[in-house]
Amino acid sequence: MNDHILEMRSITKTFPGVKALSDVTIQVERGEVHAICGENGAGKSTLMKVLSGVYPHGDYEGQIILEGEEVTFGSIRDSEKAGVVIIHQELALSPYLSIAENIFLGNERKSGLLIDWNATNVQAAELLRRVGLRENPATKIMDIGVGKQQLVEIAKAMSKDVKLLILDEPTAALNDEDSAHLLDLIRGLRDQGVTCIIISHKLNEIRAIANHVTVIRDGQVIETLDLQSGEVSEDRIIKGMVGRELTNRYPERESHIGAEVLRIENWTVHHPQQHDRVVVDHANVVVRAGEVVGIAGLMGAGRTELAMSVFGHSYGSNISGQLYLDGNPIEAKSTGAAIRHGIAYATEDRKKYGLNLIEDIKRNISLAGLPKLAPNGWVDGNRETVVANDYRRSMRIKAPSVAVKTGTLSGGNQQKVVLSKWMFTEPEVLILDEPTRGIDVGAKFEIYGIINQLVDAGKAVIVISSELPELLGICDRIYTLAEGRITGDFPVADATPETLIRYMTLEKD
Amino acid sequence: MSTETTAPIKKAREKGIVSYLMSQLRTVGLLVAFLVLLALMQFLTDGSLLTPQNITSVLNGNSYILILAIGMVMVIIAGHIDLSVGSVVALIGAVTGVITVTWGLPWWVAVIGGLFIGCVVGAWQGIWVAYVGIPAFIVTLGGMLTFRGLAQITLGNIPITPFPDSYVAIGAGFLPRMGERGVGVDPITMAIGAIVAAVLVVLEVRERMGRQKLGLEQEPQAWFIVRAAVTAAFILLVAWQLSQYAGIPIIVVVLGVLVAIYTTVMNRSVFGRSVYARGGNLTAAKLSGINTKKIDFLLFVNNGFIGAIAGIAFTARSNSAGPNAGNMFELDAIAACFIGGAAVTGGVGTVIGAMLGGLIMATLNFGMYLMGLGSDVQQFIKGLVLLAAVAFDVFNKSRGVRN
Repeated sequence: MNDHILEMRSITKTFPGVKALSDVTIQVERGEVHAICGENGAGKSTLMKVLSGVYPHGDYEGQIILEGEEVTFGSIRDSEKAGVVIIHQELALSPYLSIAENIFLGNERKSGLLIDWNATNVQAAELLRRVGLRENPATKIMDIGVGKQQLVEIAKAMSKDVKLLILDEPTAALNDEDSAHLLDLIRGLRDQGVTCIIISHKLNEIRAIANHVTVIRDGQVIETLDLQSGEVSEDRIIKGMVGRELTNRYPERESHIGAEVLRIENWTVHHPQQHDRVVVDHANVVVRAGEVVGIAGLMGAGRTELAMSVFGHSYGSNISGQLYLDGNPIEAKSTGAAIRHGIAYATEDRKKYGLNLIEDIKRNISLAGLPKLAPNGWVDGNRETVVANDYRRSMRIKAPSVAVKTGTLSGGNQQKVVLSKWMFTEPEVLILDEPTRGIDVGAKFEIYGIINQLVDAGKAVIVISSELPELLGICDRIYTLAEGRITGDFPVADATPETLIRYMTLEKD
Repeated sequence: MSTETTAPIKKAREKGIVSYLMSQLRTVGLLVAFLVLLALMQFLTDGSLLTPQNITSVLNGNSYILILAIGMVMVIIAGHIDLSVGSVVALIGAVTGVITVTWGLPWWVAVIGGLFIGCVVGAWQGIWVAYVGIPAFIVTLGGMLTFRGLAQITLGNIPITPFPDSYVAIGAGFLPRMGERGVGVDPITMAIGAIVAAVLVVLEVRERMGRQKLGLEQEPQAWFIVRAAVTAAFILLVAWQLSQYAGIPIIVVVLGVLVAIYTTVMNRSVFGRSVYARGGNLTAAKLSGINTKKIDFLLFVNNGFIGAIAGIAFTARSNSAGPNAGNMFELDAIAACFIGGAAVTGGVGTVIGAMLGGLIMATLNFGMYLMGLGSDVQQFIKGLVLLAAVAFDVFNKSRGVRN
């Protein structure tokens, strides 16, 4: 009988309309590093939110047994009191406060009513020593890099007497050196008796550090593999992650591929604030008329960054490389210029970046193509309404009129408004970033149909998606992107989920 | 499928005028609030509020705030604020004072000079807001102090007065009328009122016919007729009252022209649309190809220009350019915008709404003054009215939008 620090039994968690977790059972041994992997949206983060009390007891079905006793966390505070600490992918540090203040935020060292600054700084220095971070505890968070910030998060976790540390994609934003240091630290923590659960896409890291790996797919546990023998290969893990049948969820299309429309050559983009960090690294992408090209990559691989930098330099700094449209070099340094050249980009987050939610359907559809409705600077309001009504009908946007505010529409209908807006600009190339995220199955099918209509009309379409089955279902060709580099270019006939994931996780030499 | 999409339309038709008015609650509510307030004040002042002389006085005495509110509402729609306009009024007053009184140049040189300085002042603030990226609150708070200081330096802290009559006429003059002031009904004023009312109604009818031809009309006919009739009647009533005193103040003509121009700009021009888009969702606007920095810059240039117009009007009316002129005007203009339905978060508001908001404040001011209430009570009540108006908007919004 193994000594389990944690058992989650038959966890089921449903959101309206979706079963995010279905009868999930996992066991974590005391003092091990336990990896959890699965595709984006498989349910990993949901499971960790259940464990850490983000979704309180009663919000899910099943039992959590921590150190042999059932626990019922009502909030993160409860789980932290029990020694379960989660470090999220987006770090939760306050940039203007010092390292020491961040470590003890919400858990301040006090004498009486006042903060005991000596105790704060002395204890912070001790924690920093334990995580191997050589910084003054009084340094502000904004003045240290992401790698060091990650270490501060771990120091903060350790200040809470952590027994079970959960790390969500801890190395996603780190460079190789920082990643290696962090993995060493996790090993060190394990030797000090801290059990770690690590969620990661990086399979080589998982193999290097984890004792067991649990594979989750579609909200269910597929298997738990023992990595200690070293016999389990990355391919074996990948098979577990993707082994699902592709059913007929994609409309049929016959490809008629024509001449090259957009060529992205030697495209290099740096982070907008950290100017020395390369986000897109000498990428080369070609898309032809009548072609749907997919870009597959993990979170943080630089997919959105590639697309937005191509779309009028709307992301990044020090952008170098050349764009060619129909074989001619073009300059598109503003979104307006990109639109005039016939490039359109529908964002990943339509509520935050794609729509003006307090404005109506009509004015959202016309916004990017407004110059077309206003040849002399004055908008023809009646034609605008006619155009919007045409799209409402042809795209089947479910709304009583085009005067309805887009904030009141469902996700699928909002996405159709976004697509209408870009179709009205009559682009040659459409870049669609996660076009079906958060949309129900029926609306997804309709959106695939719209994409098919676009390429049938001779347009070129680039689709960025986290869902491999979707890319395999609708694309003619798929590029894989890893750490900002294009690592592969596969005709869809040659692409399998296994090969894609292999190239999506390809590390730099 | 088809029954599902047509059902809501049918239902909306059945509910007809009531549901249409509910969907226009903000605009209709503002208009009704204004009319109720007028009636209430007329009653409380025993009928002395709406006399010809008082109406003239209210319009004349608040026109510069209303002018400021036109530019201010555009800035607020874009999601900014401008605290400097009161000081701009003082600075432009000082500049025109130096040009006309000290240098003895004609009034039109002063007007051109004042408008030019206004644009320069606006461009200065626009650069900091749009291209350097400093929040407008800070930039214009700085401007409020800087321009006040500049005005005082220009004046050497001594008011310039009196101005030449030709300049004073801009703020205190009237269009010509027949006969003596306060005697009988002036046919010229009535004719102008009738022409303005007719033009407005004809334009509205033409627009409605255009929409009907394309099958786009949503507004019920009964409501359209009521709206057109009320608009026309309102203009004719104001003209009727003005014609019994001194005729139409020149500054009201300026205000009317500005309202017409800027309403069109905000509704019909690409620039106006870009301002709404910028205030509604900055990133979405940028990603839709809008040069939001240019929009921000132009908005502040425009607000400097409008501040200059208000400055010229105020200086002319008071026949003096003083170091403390225009103090707190920015707050009156901002209050007018928010009472008129603009949102602090940007993206929402109209020029007409801001005008109604300004008129509500003006009516409250003058009515309470006629009732003999002290400025202490006046401020107390105006503060509550501002709060109530914005609370109504918040309530209205939470009612409309899904989660």
